[in-house]
Amino acid sequence: MNTMRRAVLKGAGGAGIVSVAVAAGILKPAAVYAAAWNKAGFESKDLGGALGAIGAGDASPSGDISVKAPDIAENGAVVPVEIISSVAGTESIAIIGEKNALPLIAVFNMMNGAEGYVSTRIKMGATSNVLAVVKAGGKTYKAHKEVKVTIGGCGG
Amino acid sequence: MAEPMKIRASLKGDTAEIKCLMNHVMETGLRKDAKSGTVVPAHHITNVTCELGGKQVMDAQWGGGISKNPYLAIRVKGAKVGDKVVVSWVDNTGDKNTGEATVA
Repeated sequence: MNTMRRAVLKGAGGAGIVSVAVAAGILKPAAVYAAAWNKAGFESKDLGGALGAIGAGDASPSGDISVKAPDIAENGAVVPVEIISSVAGTESIAIIGEKNALPLIAVFNMMNGAEGYVSTRIKMGATSNVLAVVKAGGKTYKAHKEVKVTIGGCGG
Repeated sequence: MAEPMKIRASLKGDTAEIKCLMNHVMETGLRKDAKSGTVVPAHHITNVTCELGGKQVMDAQWGGGISKNPYLAIRVKGAKVGDKVVVSWVDNTGDKNTGEATVA
């Protein structure tokens, strides 16, 4: 009985935090979050699930996307990655670490003159491909670069 | 806990390169604490937005796969000196932060 009660309370507490977060978002009109957080994608533990959740299951390889990352990353916790998409009308860029415990790393939506360019630093759990998925004009394109990781960055 | 973020926006031609450094632990929720052996709960930025001259130019969703103390750079066309840049983030605990800079 008691464990049940705990579970209910815990559930209610969790929902409370979410609603507070939502309220906080609404209270700040300057920041308009076009899309909420893609929970299914970010919590997916396999590559196929992550790609499916961002609607990129059928992405076609493209030479117009450049993924710049080191060939060998000594520290998987900090891997600099630069993605340049010259696909016309790039709307969004997603970054995926193929062998990460949680493959989907980030999704960037570009608008109002923002170019198809993102530079950031990611964590990589193991040697694998960094996959970039670009959406443009209703289609999805992808490109990748292999990064060898000598020390994992995902708490391994 | 939300420490100020560093934002630089420099103009090359009519394109502004916006660089941003945020302070955040970016816990994935998978890591175990070395001492206690318990899983460290997830605590990471989930949404980032960027405005240039009052117009939203980017909104991003992040998982825990972005490195600790995240770095982000984007490029935006049609910018001019003096345009205001505003970068905001929200994390999965509802914590949030906003930083401002002007294009130079």
